[in-house]
Amino acid sequence: MVTPAQPSPDSETTWRQKLSDVLDMFAFPLRTSHYVELVNPLWSTHQMQAQVVDVWDETKDARTITLRPGVNWRLNRPGQHVRIGIPIEGRHYTRTYTISSPPERNDDCFTITVKIIDGGRVSKHIVRNIKVGDYLPIGLPQGDFYLPDASPIQPLFITAGSGITPAMSMLRSLVAQERLPDTVHIHYAPHEFDVIFSKELRQLAADKAQYHLHEVHTQEFGEQKQTQGYFSQEQLDKLCPDWKERDCYACGPPGLLAALEGVWEQAGLSRRLHIERFLADFAEIPKDAVGGKVRFAQSNLDVDADSETNLLRIAEDAGMNPPHGCRMGICHTCNTKLLSGCVRDLRTGEVLNESGAIVQTCVCAAAGDCELDL
Amino acid sequence: MATKKPLPVDLTDEQIDEFGREMESIYDDIMKSRGESDRQYILGIIRTQRSMALIGRLFMYAGLFFLPAWSHALAGWTATLLIMGLGTFMLGTAKILENMEIAHNVLHAQWDWMKDPDIQSNTWEWDTMSPSDRWMHSHNVVHHTWTNVLEKDLDVGYGIMRVTPLQEWHPKYLPQPVYFILLMLFFEEGVALHEQALVDVVEGRKKASELKPLASRIGRKIWGQVRKDYIMWPGLAALVAVPVSFFVPASPLLVFGLVAGANFIANIMRNIWAFMIIFCGHFPEGVYNFTPDQVEGESRGQWYLRQLLGSANITGGSLFHVLSGNLSHQIEHHLFPDMCSNRYPEASQRVRAVAARYGLPYNRASLWRQFGTTWLKNLRLAFPGGRPQPEVARA
Repeated sequence: MVTPAQPSPDSETTWRQKLSDVLDMFAFPLRTSHYVELVNPLWSTHQMQAQVVDVWDETKDARTITLRPGVNWRLNRPGQHVRIGIPIEGRHYTRTYTISSPPERNDDCFTITVKIIDGGRVSKHIVRNIKVGDYLPIGLPQGDFYLPDASPIQPLFITAGSGITPAMSMLRSLVAQERLPDTVHIHYAPHEFDVIFSKELRQLAADKAQYHLHEVHTQEFGEQKQTQGYFSQEQLDKLCPDWKERDCYACGPPGLLAALEGVWEQAGLSRRLHIERFLADFAEIPKDAVGGKVRFAQSNLDVDADSETNLLRIAEDAGMNPPHGCRMGICHTCNTKLLSGCVRDLRTGEVLNESGAIVQTCVCAAAGDCELDL
Repeated sequence: MATKKPLPVDLTDEQIDEFGREMESIYDDIMKSRGESDRQYILGIIRTQRSMALIGRLFMYAGLFFLPAWSHALAGWTATLLIMGLGTFMLGTAKILENMEIAHNVLHAQWDWMKDPDIQSNTWEWDTMSPSDRWMHSHNVVHHTWTNVLEKDLDVGYGIMRVTPLQEWHPKYLPQPVYFILLMLFFEEGVALHEQALVDVVEGRKKASELKPLASRIGRKIWGQVRKDYIMWPGLAALVAVPVSFFVPASPLLVFGLVAGANFIANIMRNIWAFMIIFCGHFPEGVYNFTPDQVEGESRGQWYLRQLLGSANITGGSLFHVLSGNLSHQIEHHLFPDMCSNRYPEASQRVRAVAARYGLPYNRASLWRQFGTTWLKNLRLAFPGGRPQPEVARA
């Protein structure tokens, strides 16, 4: 979670850089920021932090967290997302969440809106356990899912569940700038009380003639499963007859996005469909974990591996000479990063599948395909 | 395999294997129970240590406002030295905490499980002259894998001392009590130069020119440390003292010397403490050393057994354990080098009981007994002979 240095040619920045280099000499081998952080974590520059200043339940399982970012924060473009580090039971997890607030907010804060995913440990922790006053490490806003700055487009938003968040940031920003164009918004949610930002959306629809909101409720109260209102082209034709003339911005579960892609592709309009996915970074855990293809990214090598041979051995058999020491899992010289895929710790049977996880190659084996930073 | 010299115990291979399994179950239990309280522990220690270092340095500066040259009522050498002394003590303690309980253990990957990007063994750099990755090699790989094995573990006498009768006597060991004292005072420098490559050059196996990349790496780290303690902090004080000296008759040079001296004392204080704790780990009376043929084809159980026989614990209160980086639980640290250090006390309870059931020695005594016997052994082994450990280790 190191903030990338901003290369900037102007003299003021280099002057400040020099000053901070000199100050860091007082703190060697740490940086001055490590001591400044003791006074106020928001002033740290080696690791950007944000403080939770407010929490608000949007629905029974979704919550908006208002965060005050530290120095060096860069305003988001509406629709962008941010990396957030969350400690749970002592372990650090990193997740990416869309910023639901517009950059026009005037209190230097931003919000994320998180919905509990079924069986999701991190989302549940954020919604239920994060408290006002907590500090969380954050990254800078990123992502290319945002509205073009100048071109006068007529957007069609298709969102479902917490997929509303990037659209909300865009809508709020357009309203704040007083340049909301003719907009159609189709939103899917289980029922009327399960619509995130429902009050604000309905108010907006009442106030602005150019904003057309269609809520599709897919469940009756008390039901557990989706029963009605799946996305279909007929439904689309009915709710938004001029969809072929619009630029569509969509965010939601994979099933919905796949259906949208089919419809737009058939119409030959794929380039007018802009999609934001939530579930990109995670590797699937294969059911019957056997070996797999190991990719050593730096060496640009692909090797087949079984589920028993440790990855260090696999690398060496492939002619590489990665760093290693004890070969018994105690010295951690062989630590490397898992870029994608899945490995198994041969000692505990624990499966590592989070990209960025540290892998001890001498005691881990492939559990399906995987990619290592070696 | 039948002719090889066994480990000095009267246990069968099957019993040793069972011993290994018991060790592993202790390890598994504790590793599985790690959680939020452990994270709070290390974060708290890091916060405390950094605050203490900063406040200590500010106290040193504050002391300068009590130099006799000031004309206020409290000015005088007593007040100056008292306040600077307090600052020195805090900085020294902070350095001890950083080196022992934080960096040593972070570099052992004890906290890697948290996946906190700021507390990772492969990126941590510590407040001492040795670059952390160099130390990780000589320590984690060489010392922890080959604990107490002659010719394999560089830490057996550090190449300059005879710490076990198994090492053949040589006249070069005669001055080793002097080395002992010197290494105690300049332990930080000693650790930075503790490299197999250096030994190879001295013994003519490598050319001096081959050392260049390594030397420049270590050199850069040493320069960073020296610059901080002996140029930046004293220099800033002296710089401020220059305009002040027009009104208060105190020389900026004196100011520079006082701050630099205080930093020097803090570093020496850390050196002596680290040396005492670390020497108590493997050199007190009752600790076993091994020959390379004893560990050939060693099983996991035998490896655990060697760690137990080759290490010694120090008894003390909880503050003592923290300040020793929990190396007062050296046995547990060697059995489970990547277990987070705050859990060693509970592991120790269980390991002691296992050792007792197997009739194995568990070397555990006060700092004075452990350091005292280390010192006596050092004196005795400067001369030929010496009493070897019993053939069979029993509790």
